[in-house]
Amino acid sequence: MPQHDVLVIGAGLAGQRAALAAAEEGVSVGIISKVHPVRSHSNAAQGGINAALDPEDSWESHAFDTVKGSDYLGDQDAIEIMCREAPQEVLDLEHLGVTFHRNEEGRLGTRAFGGASAARTYYVADITGQAILHVLYEQLMKHSQVYRYEEWFTTAIVLDESGACAGAVTRNIRDGSMELFSAKTVILACGGNGQIYNPTTNALICTGDGIAMAYRVGAPLMDMEMVQYHPTTLAGNGLLITEGARGEGAHLYNAKGERFMERYAPNKLELASRDVVSRAEQTEIDEGRGFPDGTISLDITVVPRKRIHEALREIVNVGRDFAGVDITRAPIHVKPGNHYVMGGIKTDSDGATTVPGLYAAGEVACVSVHGGNRLGANSLLDTLVFGRRAGRHAASRSHEIAMPHPSGAHLAEEERMVAAVVGRERGGRRVSEIKAELGRTMDKHVAVFRDRDGLRRALRIVRRLKEQATTVAIDDKGTIFNQDLLGALELGFMLDNAECVVLSALERKESRGAHYRTDFPERDDEAWLKHIEVARIGGDPVISYSGVTMTRWEPQERRY
Amino acid sequence: MPDYTLKIRRYDPESSGPAYWQDFDVDLPPERSVLDGILKVKNENDGSIGIRCSCQAAICGSCAVKINGVSALACNTKLSEASAHAGAVDGAIVVEPMGNMPVLKDLIVDMDAVHWKKIQRVVPWLLPEGDPPEREYVVPAEAMIDVTQAMACIQCGACVSACLSLEVDPDFIGPAALAKAYRFVGDPRDSHSEARLRDLAEDPHGIYDCTHCFACIEVCPKGVAPMDQIMRLRRRATGDYEIKDANNGYGHEHGFVKIVERWGTLHEAQLLPRSFGEGSLVKGQTKPAAVMQLIQALPTALRGLRRRKVTLRKALFHPKLPDQKQVRRIFREIETKEERLELNLYFVDEGGGAAEKEPAMGDAGAER
Repeated sequence: MPQHDVLVIGAGLAGQRAALAAAEEGVSVGIISKVHPVRSHSNAAQGGINAALDPEDSWESHAFDTVKGSDYLGDQDAIEIMCREAPQEVLDLEHLGVTFHRNEEGRLGTRAFGGASAARTYYVADITGQAILHVLYEQLMKHSQVYRYEEWFTTAIVLDESGACAGAVTRNIRDGSMELFSAKTVILACGGNGQIYNPTTNALICTGDGIAMAYRVGAPLMDMEMVQYHPTTLAGNGLLITEGARGEGAHLYNAKGERFMERYAPNKLELASRDVVSRAEQTEIDEGRGFPDGTISLDITVVPRKRIHEALREIVNVGRDFAGVDITRAPIHVKPGNHYVMGGIKTDSDGATTVPGLYAAGEVACVSVHGGNRLGANSLLDTLVFGRRAGRHAASRSHEIAMPHPSGAHLAEEERMVAAVVGRERGGRRVSEIKAELGRTMDKHVAVFRDRDGLRRALRIVRRLKEQATTVAIDDKGTIFNQDLLGALELGFMLDNAECVVLSALERKESRGAHYRTDFPERDDEAWLKHIEVARIGGDPVISYSGVTMTRWEPQERRY
Repeated sequence: MPDYTLKIRRYDPESSGPAYWQDFDVDLPPERSVLDGILKVKNENDGSIGIRCSCQAAICGSCAVKINGVSALACNTKLSEASAHAGAVDGAIVVEPMGNMPVLKDLIVDMDAVHWKKIQRVVPWLLPEGDPPEREYVVPAEAMIDVTQAMACIQCGACVSACLSLEVDPDFIGPAALAKAYRFVGDPRDSHSEARLRDLAEDPHGIYDCTHCFACIEVCPKGVAPMDQIMRLRRRATGDYEIKDANNGYGHEHGFVKIVERWGTLHEAQLLPRSFGEGSLVKGQTKPAAVMQLIQALPTALRGLRRRKVTLRKALFHPKLPDQKQVRRIFREIETKEERLELNLYFVDEGGGAAEKEPAMGDAGAER
């Protein structure tokens, strides 16, 4: 049985940062990922990372922008921590070798980003996430004391009799063997759940595994109704066009050629927060001022060509390869598309969940620093700051406790579950059919605009799909790289995620941040300035509430 | 909708049978990708097909395969393009696992055994001098953009799969890992450039093992141009540090340049002795150690003579270009420049053509 003081599950930015931080504390660290670490979805973060590093800027300004962006649902103590620690985090990354863009003096240079009152986004062209991910992986290769389990799929978190975290059950994808890990602490860092939507900017691996596994052992989820639709995704395949494009000066137009953001956000225009821009676009499209393919247009040609090639290189490729458009010469059609879940496993500002020894960091978690709406370039920051804090805190906890000995019964149970899926005769629907219906349903009823009827319909469908998922059969009966099996397990995780998102969205009877109810179009601080939590109790989801932490910023009307 | 046939190379490691081909028909619009086609088959017909994939946007680097014999990302190759260059006589799109790496199952190869081992070989982390500064390292903006080209690598392995040198010498460090090496050598924050270069130049499977075939540049989906990075490593090794390696990489380059300067074209009979030595064979300037290697090369030379590929006259008396003066002028022009200017194809300027901006944009900043 492999044993680690700190076991990190997920090897994107949050996971790798947590593993490195824990290793610095001198404890034994294992990091598990269902894909090779550099395949993680942190790669897709194009635009950059926010930090008030410039002496002219201040962390308070960054924090206020974040609070306002969150529509006052973010917890201000956690936001303060994130924004205070941001400058050092960026400098640490620079010292490790991230090739951040420089200004003419050779110092770190910035670009503008949405919802921010200063240009404080540090970046590497438009491959910032990739550049940081690969540099952190360089450090993992250097620190050989961090044990890497690459291409291992975690099926369940394991608790001991006292209800504390004791390890995890995993499957080695390469040979199909199942393994019980014992660990003093487990840090979930396995990303978001975008695959419950279709289309989505999220990769195929973003199936909410960590959120579901924590939920299944009783950890409460928070803010799950807060799902971000990114304003600029390609119609059809949902591919992301970075907010950096608008940060560099690109404009949005409707089919009548109007720069419609003038009407919705007269001051910040295209650089209002994402929920505002997405809602504006969707309104234009719904009211018939969009293009026939249900889009509006993003005009990047106003940005100088040299600058585009230097700073937006990746989306030149995306435009050319995936939309057949040379973005340096012609506008590209975009629409709001599923992008990020603000909610997740409820944690404190050290990443600790309510389950002793279980931590979470990154998109899987909800600290909550993003509240109702995440600002662009705050997600990388979230992963790094809270990944590091979770790694450190888990390491210090592991100094104090003995290695648990989780019961082999957990392993046997997971093995039985896997054998049942593999051995099942074909009868019901295919995994892909259920997944497709789920994605369509969520994008139709739980998107930019929501209402009670749509949400109730979505809930009925999700619950029917959960039923159908218990009878799915798979084609692959083998052990080596049985991706078919993993797909079936991921489907189960996704459906748990979807149920919690829909339930929370039904519960919040107001409009705040990314959650807009056409039947409750106003923000209602009196009744709803609180977090919605959902936890599994006795097999069923149960809703509860918790207060929003305010330190210095009282809710105001939100204008951009 | 057009009908495409995917001819997929299947291999089930759990059966005792050999690899085999299986055809699948897919109905998808032409602009959809080969990966979309494979996933459609996997979702609807046969879930047991093995392929790594995740982002579907050419950024995670998971889905590199060979399509019609050419290494590429499946998500980044349109069905229409693949079909236009169909690899099979019946018009089917041929999809098989990458080359130069062992196959684990269907389209999945063992990248750890080859690719990541080679990456690990080049000491793939920054080695700065002393403690970091309080703020950021101050470095030229151009230097950061310059190494960002290598940083754009997504470790998909397409270049490793396509590399012809690797096919002959499996120990060759290879295009991806050497591009990664340049990411540090070209980074002004790294303090071990010379040691790195010496290591890579002295390794018989290092920078001089590349045969200049351009395959890696052609297949790279991210414009990393690994071979260009290898050539930059060579220029730094020879030009900046004058590393005289046991592989005669330095001697070869030096000899080559001198010959072109003198004759205007390549004088093959002079190249070998000059590569191994310091000067002319006739004038006895060749190092004694090189003589053995020259003798070993004799059979090849004799075979060439026997088969009339060369004649004695041609070998010994090489004609100079009629306007050799012009060639020397070019040499003088370049050699008297204060900084080495390099064409960095990662930049494209206002005019659009990369080649137009040669004088303006170089990685001069990285050249300190």
